[in-house]
Amino acid sequence: MSIEILTEKCTGCGACARVCPGSLIKTGERGVFIERPERCWGCASCLKECPAEAILLYLGADIGGLGGRMSVRREGTRLRWRVEKPDGTARTITTDAKQSNRY
Amino acid sequence: MGGRQLTVKRLSADFLIIGGGTAGCGAALSFCGVSGGSVLIIEKANIERSGCLAAGVNALNAYILPGQTPEDYADYVRRDAEYIIREDLVLTMAEGLNRAARRLEELGLTILKDADGNYAARGKRNIKINGENIKPLLAGAVRKAPRIAVLERAAAIGYIVRDGRVLGVYAIGTDEPVLYAVRAKAVLCATGGAAGLYRPNNPGFSRHKMWYPPFNTGAGYAMGIRAGAEMTTFEMRFIALRCKDTIAPTGTLAQGVGAKQVNALGEAYEEKYGVTTSQRVHGTARENAEGRGPCYLRTVGITPDQDEELYRAYLNMSPSQTLKWIESGLAPSAQNVEIEGTEPYIVGGHTASGYWVDTDRETTIGRLFAAGDVAGGCPQKYVTGALAEGEIAARSALKYMHDAWPSLSAAETDALRHGLEEILNRAPAADTEDSLEAEMQAVMDEYAGGIGAGYAFSEASLAAAARKIRDIESRSEKLAAKDMRELVYIFELRDRLTVCASVIAQLAARRETRWHSFAENTDYPEKSGQWLKFVNSRLENGEIRIILRDLVKRGDRYEH
Ligand SMILES: Cc1cc2nc3c(=O)[nH]c(=O)nc-3n(C[C@H](O)[C@H](O)[C@H](O)COP(=O)(O)OP(=O)(O)OC[C@H]3O[C@@H](n4cnc5c(N)ncnc54)[C@H](O)[C@@H]3O)c2cc1C
Repeated sequence: MSIEILTEKCTGCGACARVCPGSLIKTGERGVFIERPERCWGCASCLKECPAEAILLYLGADIGGLGGRMSVRREGTRLRWRVEKPDGTARTITTDAKQSNRY
Repeated sequence: MGGRQLTVKRLSADFLIIGGGTAGCGAALSFCGVSGGSVLIIEKANIERSGCLAAGVNALNAYILPGQTPEDYADYVRRDAEYIIREDLVLTMAEGLNRAARRLEELGLTILKDADGNYAARGKRNIKINGENIKPLLAGAVRKAPRIAVLERAAAIGYIVRDGRVLGVYAIGTDEPVLYAVRAKAVLCATGGAAGLYRPNNPGFSRHKMWYPPFNTGAGYAMGIRAGAEMTTFEMRFIALRCKDTIAPTGTLAQGVGAKQVNALGEAYEEKYGVTTSQRVHGTARENAEGRGPCYLRTVGITPDQDEELYRAYLNMSPSQTLKWIESGLAPSAQNVEIEGTEPYIVGGHTASGYWVDTDRETTIGRLFAAGDVAGGCPQKYVTGALAEGEIAARSALKYMHDAWPSLSAAETDALRHGLEEILNRAPAADTEDSLEAEMQAVMDEYAGGIGAGYAFSEASLAAAARKIRDIESRSEKLAAKDMRELVYIFELRDRLTVCASVIAQLAARRETRWHSFAENTDYPEKSGQWLKFVNSRLENGEIRIILRDLVKRGDRYEH
């Protein structure tokens, strides 16, 4: 379980580094990076904070991860989650903070 | 003296809160509502997403629904914990649950309502929400409150105690080379529980993909233990039944779409073992041990519409599970969800582990309060219970607000600074905090009832565990840190080792098996009426002393 930061998309704003509950994301000379990817909890806080959709969440191979990648874009109260599947196709699911879980 | 040095910063607050999680943020807001005094929250990370609520939660698990009473809630908690609860604590917590839910709604939390305008029920005690933004909502309210200051990226490392009362706290910057000496009229410990004591389900790259936050390292327990506070019921460990690999919660599947636990033969096995929280875990462990695993939640046959609802529900609390469903192309309607028991955690919001407090939530150290997962005697608090306890502690702290400021010893602070600088400047040791953490987790797993031991232990295995943990503790004293982050990691390791030693001692002290899997004692495999008692412990002259205490009857208050 961990994240990947896409350097070509990252604007270096540091919002992700600020909110990480494990303080694992650093801003250095070569941009923003996760210092110890194996310490990531997988909470996705950084994905939701990133204004550039530059952070991807993936499942480690040791827990059956297949190479899919997830990113998030915030639109008001809505989060648009994009999952890129291992075969290259993608799916988007929208959640809304104003809408309760049905279950 | 070598190169790396620390700056000392001195701070003061009327009410000092350690840990800006659910209970900490809630207590700060409650205190502001009843006092004009100043509050300081010390938080290791950033209150926006720190602690248990980081990814979101799936429901409010503790709510008194119409037709039910706080007494009914206490009855349920007592049954589930096999009677080892503090009635005074559970009842006063239960009385605050609905107020806490209302406060969350006022802060902007979306809670589902039924046709009558009541919160919509999920099962007997839960209400349905969208819990994704629950922590940012709490944090936002804290940031807007006029008298609450927040010190972030600072990890508390020890209490300042004199004559049996707390005067303040020492903390270190997680990035900046600063030692904070903070004095206060009253202190609330709200650092959450302890993860990472036992080898996790996935000890490799994904070792932090655990249920409880890996960043809650048991600091509050450890600081209390070292300061001589009495602790209770560490032997009632919490083991969660979770989705395999992602360790995502299962309540939404079980309660939401009514998925039953089944073994590999398709047999529903729950009833066979009983339905308390520990029995559910135990049942799954037995089915696996006896060759009828793997076990699943039976989701095959749910509708495509339910699939979509589940995707969204998990995105709101545990996005990795949705990622897993989608990347594998196997929706829950197409494949049952495999479940497994996690490694044991110490979590006073689920079981009764933690500080031994009086009815006002004051610990056995004067002016030191505890609330949330770090406070003992009161299982099944969850989010609303953590807020309710924070509120009780905040009100109780008021009685100390007219006292004079304590004065801290500059010599003591200086000695601590020198000690820390020494760790920052010494030559690297043979061990690292990572290697010792792995050793500790292996010892706990094998000798103190981890996953590898089927959660079981014996007196002999615990004695071996105690010896090995002591050895790791002595080696941890020699670790070197090259920067503040490594210094924090060393403290986290030491805190975990301190907690491990108390867990082992308390597991050994309860000579029965009251809760299968949570405390599976192979020397005493039965439950015994003699053990309708609390097992407490306290560090005295470097030795862990066990103290047995009577249960507290309903309606009674408890004073130290
Ligand atoms: C994954 C998960 C899902 C859950 N789902 C639900 C649910 O659906 N419904 C429900 O009602 N309950 C749920 N719970 C339970 C509930 O979230 C917790 O019981 C509750 O939030 C605990 O609050 P707390 O304040 O004790 O701990 P936390 O909220 O974890 O706060 C502890 C804080 O202390 C900080 N801290 C730790 N050590 C230090 C230190 N040394 N110095 C400074 N700060 C420190 C941490 O960074 C953190 O911010 C869930 C828990 C988990 C882990």
